[in-house]
Amino acid sequence: MPYPVDQNEKFAAYAHPERLVSTEWLATAIEDGALEGGRLVVLESDEDVLVYETGHIPGAVKIDWHTELNDEVTRDFVDGEAFAAMAAAKGISRDSTVVIYGDKSNWWAAYALWVFELFGHADVRLLVGGRDKWLAEDRAVTTDTPVTAPGDYPVVERDDAPIRAFKDDVLAHLGKPLIDVRSPEEYTGQRTHMPAYPEEGAMRGGHIPTAASIPWARAAAGDGTYRNRPELEALYLGEAGLKEGDDVIAYCRIGERSSHTWFALKYLLGFDTVRNYDGSWTEWGNAVGVPIVKGADRGTVPSAR
Amino acid sequence: MRKLGVMNTSALPAALAEIVDDFQALTEPERLQLLLEFSRGLPELPDRLMEHPEMMEQVVECQSPLFLTIETEQHDGGTPQSVRLFFKAPPEAPTTRGFAGVLHEGLDGLSPAEILAVPDDMPELLGLTRAITPLRMRGMTAMLGRIKRKVSALPQQS
Repeated sequence: MPYPVDQNEKFAAYAHPERLVSTEWLATAIEDGALEGGRLVVLESDEDVLVYETGHIPGAVKIDWHTELNDEVTRDFVDGEAFAAMAAAKGISRDSTVVIYGDKSNWWAAYALWVFELFGHADVRLLVGGRDKWLAEDRAVTTDTPVTAPGDYPVVERDDAPIRAFKDDVLAHLGKPLIDVRSPEEYTGQRTHMPAYPEEGAMRGGHIPTAASIPWARAAAGDGTYRNRPELEALYLGEAGLKEGDDVIAYCRIGERSSHTWFALKYLLGFDTVRNYDGSWTEWGNAVGVPIVKGADRGTVPSAR
Repeated sequence: MRKLGVMNTSALPAALAEIVDDFQALTEPERLQLLLEFSRGLPELPDRLMEHPEMMEQVVECQSPLFLTIETEQHDGGTPQSVRLFFKAPPEAPTTRGFAGVLHEGLDGLSPAEILAVPDDMPELLGLTRAITPLRMRGMTAMLGRIKRKVSALPQQS
């Protein structure tokens, strides 16, 4: 049975406020014993693999995006069996409410949330403001690792199609809206990696033809929360030119920054069909025979050859 | 390719060899804990560097901001010059701090020749690659590389 949703009025303007919880809500839920019995499970997902160990929300369980969600030998996510084993070990059952938070404006938390949705986990929510907001509010932290009773998680095969795009899907999608969430320098092709991440480059610099450039962090406010609905609408409906009901694909370099944007488009603005292209620029920028556009212009759909 | 795992540390300076042995003796989760301890043990910068951040260089290969610099000390009585290492990394980047802590404890005070003799792939000896991922290990390799480049650019000793 899902845990009751946060009725916070600040979230009411978003399309799916039930996908968000506030720090106050979580603190109260923990005090009320929601973590006992695995009805509510809190996961921390960070970029740095040791941040959790420096102190975390009491009762929160660590999830590492790199070693636990990715398959070691295929460039893909884990399969249903590995996911079930991972979830159960963290005390998650299929009907658990899962709240995810992390560092860097929930960038890695949104990525983990998106992977949970690939497996159709029904109730997974984001802690608004993530780790930074929790710490800024001087809320309780601990270095104690919780002892969790294993959850009961069935083997569910991943269903990629609704929210995940592959390269061929993107090729077929050309002509419909794309959002490029990388930095302006990556978008124009001036550089092929994120500022300060030079080892993750690609052969060519630029963007997928017609993609609008909305760097992911523009959806985040200074305190790590998402911007409010009118601000998000100005970004994605105004600047990017999306229209209600559009079928949208977001991408970045490996699909993690675009998970943050994917969440904003799907749950905050209510676009029903939003996919994250996790192959992103490291695949597209290196793939043979796919078109790119260099420079600041979005470019046009190349005519079929 | 050399086989990883149990590896000969005899080519390393004593302090660094000891650290590598400590890591290799542990299980993977324990290695992460040890790295965390190194992150806590990284010394604060002296005031003269705190006040002059421009004297430090950023290692951009690290996922989190990491700045480092080196200084040299000349010993009396003709003993070799020793190299002092200084690192700056934020507390919210414990992995990066941990790598810096390992290099500080393992290399600080050694002679230029000893530092230059450290194999470039030394970070792989810590046995963290699977838990930390190759991507994150590159930051440490880059830190070591930067230190060695700076040491090799020092004026030749007389």
